Amino acid sequence: MSPALTTEKDDRASAAAAGSPGPADATGSVSIAHVHKSFGRPGAAQPVLEDINLRVRPGEFVCILGASGCGKSTLLNLIADLDKPTTGAIEVPGGRPALMFQEHALFPWLTAGKNIELALRLRGVPRAERRPHAERLLELVRLGGSYGKRVHELSGGMRQRVALARALAQDSSVLLMDEPFAALDAITRDVLHEELTRIWSETGVSVLFVTHNVREAVRLAERVVLLSSRPGRVVREWTVDIPQPRRIEDADVADLSVEITEELRGEIRRHGQQ
Amino acid sequence: MASSETTRGTAVEEADGGDGGERPIEKSTAKPRPGNAQDLAGLEAGLDALDAVQTKRVSPVEVLVQKVLPPIVAVAVVLAVWKVLVLAKVTADYKLPDPGRVWDALHQLWLEGELFDIVWTSVSRGLFGFVIALAIATPLGLVVARVKFIRAGIGPILSGLQSLPSVAWVPPAVIWLGLNDQMMYTVILLGAVPSIANGLVAGIDQVPPLFLRAGRTLGARGLVSARHILLPAALPGYVAGLKQGWAFSWRSLMAAEIIAKSPDLGLGLGQYLENQRNNSDMAGVLLGILMILVVGIAIELLIFAPIERRVLRSRGLLASAR
Ligand SMILES: Nc1ncnc2c1ncn2[C@@H]1O[C@H](COP(=O)(O)OP(=O)(O)OP(=O)(O)O)[C@@H](O)[C@H]1O
Ligand SMILES: [Mg+2]
Repeated sequence: MSPALTTEKDDRASAAAAGSPGPADATGSVSIAHVHKSFGRPGAAQPVLEDINLRVRPGEFVCILGASGCGKSTLLNLIADLDKPTTGAIEVPGGRPALMFQEHALFPWLTAGKNIELALRLRGVPRAERRPHAERLLELVRLGGSYGKRVHELSGGMRQRVALARALAQDSSVLLMDEPFAALDAITRDVLHEELTRIWSETGVSVLFVTHNVREAVRLAERVVLLSSRPGRVVREWTVDIPQPRRIEDADVADLSVEITEELRGEIRRHGQQ
Repeated sequence: MASSETTRGTAVEEADGGDGGERPIEKSTAKPRPGNAQDLAGLEAGLDALDAVQTKRVSPVEVLVQKVLPPIVAVAVVLAVWKVLVLAKVTADYKLPDPGRVWDALHQLWLEGELFDIVWTSVSRGLFGFVIALAIATPLGLVVARVKFIRAGIGPILSGLQSLPSVAWVPPAVIWLGLNDQMMYTVILLGAVPSIANGLVAGIDQVPPLFLRAGRTLGARGLVSARHILLPAALPGYVAGLKQGWAFSWRSLMAAEIIAKSPDLGLGLGQYLENQRNNSDMAGVLLGILMILVVGIAIELLIFAPIERRVLRSRGLLASAR
């Protein structure tokens, strides 16, 4: 793949030029090769991420699992081009991925509908098409009547759904989600899991979903990737073959969760022994 | 939250007869699902209804009782205390005239047809000066907030200037420009520009970085980001700066009007006040002070308060207004 220390844009260009995985096939995929990330002076501090290698296939749903502070948000920021890897290459052939933050990050000076329209506008959607498009997206997250609502008039679950609709408005083939449901109550989170699964299967978008909740990961993902802490490294992967629709309380989900939790705890214990 | 969910033991007990292999996930038992799409929509509607923030309308009577009545009572109390002090003859009549004499002075100004002219002279100067200050301070604030070098250079001076009483600018302004309207506007600008610019800088500083990053993931960079993300996000601080800027404009103008006297200058509120002092007419002096106060408050209530309320309410930052 591309050599280290090149910019993402160059990587994308060279990948397209080389034509090795034709851009059409690669749309919706993410490939992360030998990514290191440290903050501050290079080499001075322990890296946050070390030699991360990960591929997301088009249309795949991958959960990244890891303890608090292991670098999950950092990794998503790198993929979203909000920050640059210290070394290594990240390729997102489909163009700028959509990112849903840990907090809803909706703009409080705009209504729910206008938040979505801003995303459409920045993407270059003509003015006349924006409003109907935004309304369709709100329908998709079942908030049809909330176009004119202000952010502060929405509940936590509704805000996350508007944020999801805004992310979908970018029409990216890759959707990055950073613990989007962590602050919600269990019932609302359950409902949003179902919504997300439905929207994922309807739109065919690739999802890279970050969480520290093992059950959530097993409930949602086709593949669960476990990251270690300090430095963050890919420790292990599980393929989740449980057919959708799943429920978080399903026995199959629980079984696999127990196994993954054991591994995660082992990882965390390792730090106590040092 | 997450850990309690994942470590709960019940999940393991439910899973009796698990195959115990490396991946106990192959058995795709098609259990009857209690929920379908319809139920999910209903559930969501229920959650939304339970969670949604209620915005209630306030009745006009409530507004009257909560907003209009208290200031009226306060003014009435002040007038009553004043009247009592006069009746008790705590001091000479020329130092504390009867409230009725102040009213007479106002009535006389009205009859002479000068009341409106005096108020308008000052208000038009104040507002015009404020608008120029706005036009200068806004780009200045933007540049100071966003360009590190300029900020390090003039940022501290700008905040220092805010604590300098603007009356101090009157003597140099008179020497530079003489006794004319330009001198008045100069004093207004020197008072209001730092205040408005600082408000904008503070507003921009307080923009959560999350908004800027969210804007970037949506594709907003550079000027597009400034227009769609940075400026709207900084608006509450900017509006607070405008309000303060008006207060500074008005104060500076009154200082200039009281000090600078010349027949070439139209008669404004400050000059009226100073003239009454020269005539040793305490009722006129009090009237002058009251008019300055009332005009300052009226402009703030009529122009700035509604703008600020709109900005804050649309963002849900006005909890106390309910
Ligand atoms: N801009 C930064 N400068 C310095 N250190 C940083 C920066 N951003 C993150 N870090 C460090 O990198 C590590 C990983 O942070 P990150 O936010 O990616 O963790 P996380 O896995 O998302 O945690 P959480 O589950 O709590 O959200 C932390 O130790 C943090 O202190
Ligand atoms: Mg995080």
